[in-house]
Amino acid sequence: MTKGILGRKVGMTQIFTKDGVLVPVTVVEATPNVVMQVKTVESDGYEAVQLGYQDKREVLSNKPEKGHADKAKTSPKRFIREIRGVELKDYEVGSEVTVDTFKEGDVVNVTGTSRGHGYQGNIKRWGQSRGPETHGSRYHRIPGSMGSIINRVPKGKRLPGHMGMKKVTIENLVIEKVVADKNVLMIKGNVPGAKNSLIVVKTASKAVKADK
Amino acid sequence: MDPLIQELTKEQIRDDIPAFRAGDTVTVHVRVVEGTHERIQLFEGVVIKKKGTGIGATYTVRKIASGVGVERTFPVNDPRVAKVEVKRHGRVRRAKLYYLRERHGKSARIAEARR
Repeated sequence: MTKGILGRKVGMTQIFTKDGVLVPVTVVEATPNVVMQVKTVESDGYEAVQLGYQDKREVLSNKPEKGHADKAKTSPKRFIREIRGVELKDYEVGSEVTVDTFKEGDVVNVTGTSRGHGYQGNIKRWGQSRGPETHGSRYHRIPGSMGSIINRVPKGKRLPGHMGMKKVTIENLVIEKVVADKNVLMIKGNVPGAKNSLIVVKTASKAVKADK
Repeated sequence: MDPLIQELTKEQIRDDIPAFRAGDTVTVHVRVVEGTHERIQLFEGVVIKKKGTGIGATYTVRKIASGVGVERTFPVNDPRVAKVEVKRHGRVRRAKLYYLRERHGKSARIAEARR
């Protein structure tokens, strides 16, 4: 069954395993999430739990948000996401989800918003190569040909534009360590986004299939 | 560094490693596991650099083994290092002794420092 938690990327560090191997890890802080709502097939047409992470100030929340939070007897949350495919009977509106839901060795998918890079050219955005600087090449950093003359730009043509700040999921990351008293998950490798960005950690769907 | 990360890695930071600088000669006692048997391997040489802070700090030891220069980089807090012995303090005027790589014999010597 899928498990999930919402959290904040703190940054990266390294830890030594018991055999003395140095492992790069990302530290994810997930203070207890609150179950805001449980969605069922009868009432909503599908099954999911809605989790909320990090309180936000009273002045930042509007009436509908407050009303929604009141149902779970909590304060309005900054980051609310649904987790689907969970065992619904384990979740009760208003109850807390802590990092204990995961244990060492669990395989997870992590979803976040990638770092924003602004408007970027083809070389940075798509990894294309530049032309020669000299010898009269006159072809330096431009995107190249638009293809044969069809009076439009082909779909999917790699062109300059806004880079990053997109939803990115990294699959099949391994949880290296769970520090329950500090509400911290240590995930091997990197996760999307800048430091302090909000992320969703969920059981890896493909790993679940592979187990069966 | 984030204070939370410092807090999390604190318990793995070793305080039994003596203080040494670039230019010092050290013997690193490395635990080597061969199958089920564990033994200690020594690596003695000159520290040519120290780098980083916290859990990620490393140092590099250079020695000449059968006429070939060998460098090994160890994490300062590596649990596989049983102990580090400081054999000799060296007097050097640089933090990174990369110039030793181009030298051998007499010119690769380092004067002893009284500390």
